[in-house]
Amino acid sequence: MSTLLRCDNLCFTYGKGTPFEKDAVKNVSLDIRKGEVIGVIGHTGSGKSTLMQMLNGLIKPTSGAVYLEDADINADKSKLRDVRFRVGLVFQYPENQLFEETVRKDISFGPRNMGLPEDAIKERVKRAAEFAGLKSELLDRSPFDLSGGEKRRAAIAGVIAMDPEILILDEPTAGLDPMGRDVLLSQIEAYHNARNNTVLLVSHSMEDIASIADRVLVMNKGECVMFDTTQSVFSRSAELEAMGLRVPQITKITTELRKRGVPLSEGILTVEQAFDEIRAILKKEGRI
Amino acid sequence: MEFIKTENLSFYYESEEDEIQFDTVQNVLDGVCFSVKRGEFVAVIGHNGSGKSTLSKHLNAILLPTGGKVYVDGTDTQEEDKLYDIRRKVGLVLQNPDNQLVASIVEEDVAFGPENMGVEPEEIRRRVDKALKAVDMYEYRLHAPHKLSGGQKQRIAIAGILAMEPDCIVLDEPTAMLDPKGREEVISAITRLNREQGITVVLITHNMEETVDCHRVVVMDKGRILREGTPREVFSQVEFIRRHRLDVPQATELCAKLQASGLKIDKLPLDAKECIDLLSEVLI
Repeated sequence: MSTLLRCDNLCFTYGKGTPFEKDAVKNVSLDIRKGEVIGVIGHTGSGKSTLMQMLNGLIKPTSGAVYLEDADINADKSKLRDVRFRVGLVFQYPENQLFEETVRKDISFGPRNMGLPEDAIKERVKRAAEFAGLKSELLDRSPFDLSGGEKRRAAIAGVIAMDPEILILDEPTAGLDPMGRDVLLSQIEAYHNARNNTVLLVSHSMEDIASIADRVLVMNKGECVMFDTTQSVFSRSAELEAMGLRVPQITKITTELRKRGVPLSEGILTVEQAFDEIRAILKKEGRI
Repeated sequence: MEFIKTENLSFYYESEEDEIQFDTVQNVLDGVCFSVKRGEFVAVIGHNGSGKSTLSKHLNAILLPTGGKVYVDGTDTQEEDKLYDIRRKVGLVLQNPDNQLVASIVEEDVAFGPENMGVEPEEIRRRVDKALKAVDMYEYRLHAPHKLSGGQKQRIAIAGILAMEPDCIVLDEPTAMLDPKGREEVISAITRLNREQGITVVLITHNMEETVDCHRVVVMDKGRILREGTPREVFSQVEFIRRHRLDVPQATELCAKLQASGLKIDKLPLDAKECIDLLSEVLI
């Protein structure tokens, strides 16, 4: 797989030159390949959101560069607009940014700004709403009449409607109930599967990350301290805990059982996998 | 003795349009009979829109019932002249700590409540120190709240409520915006307040792992109470919980699946430790 997005020694300092100067992101270099699903974790204030905002040129790095297919996104200011259509960013609590009279208008805002013809806009709105799991009868309602979960999905549809090659979501499941969370995650997966789109998902929920990510990026105090397969990252539970992070409960349980001598795989990430392996052991021993 | 009691509590939000169409008005709360004993730690769970937040806002008279009654320490929350008293007895902590902090120094923020109540300065000092110690934030008393982490801010918000010396604290999804460590800090602070100071706690949450140490779990759906019991009683009904769009802890889920495949398990585990102990015995 080829590199799609590359960060080279990326740094960002808030309030540079003032007494409140603070390094939010320090020397981050990484490669993201086309079609990957990347989980991003880190404590509050670890620099995750700042890093994500640099990836679509919303904030400009203090030093270092972001390359989208080998082109420095900040090199030519007039091209930044196109970068933002290609790298779609969904903020935290995106429902606070809904502003149009109807959900349909709100979702079509992005594609309209891209200068697409009317029938293409229509098609995109329809598809984005489907991906986000919004029922079509909601499209003509005011966004402010929707429930919390529906508003969240409408806001995400607004970004998906631009059909970004890279979709970045900053804590999309915060505040959603377990069912709302599962639905949203499966829709993100569907968006990824549809065209091998790249997805970056920032989350405080290790269970969400474990269920969806191919690789996990761990931020700590502004630095990228781990960037590896989900399994390898979650097998380093002691290091993660020292950074204020955790591993999914199921990983914690199976890691401890493994340490005590139960023959389980390393870095088990889901209840299903743990269940399959334990059931196989019990069957072999004729216990069930 | 019940400290908070609701009798057939019903509530709907009034439409902003002049003509209310009664056939379309939907009750957000629909005949809820909920009670909390003094010193109890109760968790309320339910999916988005189940009515749990609306219920919490009735417990200190931010909302008043459209039908039925709410009593706090024997007082009807609709008695307007008792409003002050009710809010002093039951403090509410919300989801977003940034919306609840008002001052630029931590201890001033915590002092805001008692100052407004007209408490004597010396007594305020004592209460602020005590409240900050109770949530383990005393050493941050001279810091600026906006520079703290989410978990620390939320504990300052809790200290601000504590300084008013309430009998009961109601927390509406206090950990939804926090990272894992922040979540643990807040939950352990709440648990300590309940265990050590006897403060009554009502915790509203989506995160089932946070409820395993409470005395009682109440499950809400469509504005009604569906079921209540100890965490073990409630979470043992894995199918029921799932059906109502909720989660059980992964430890419980794994063992319930093994149980369904024929493994004999008497008591389903609620947390990682119980699960490890149980499976160690079975597998080693």
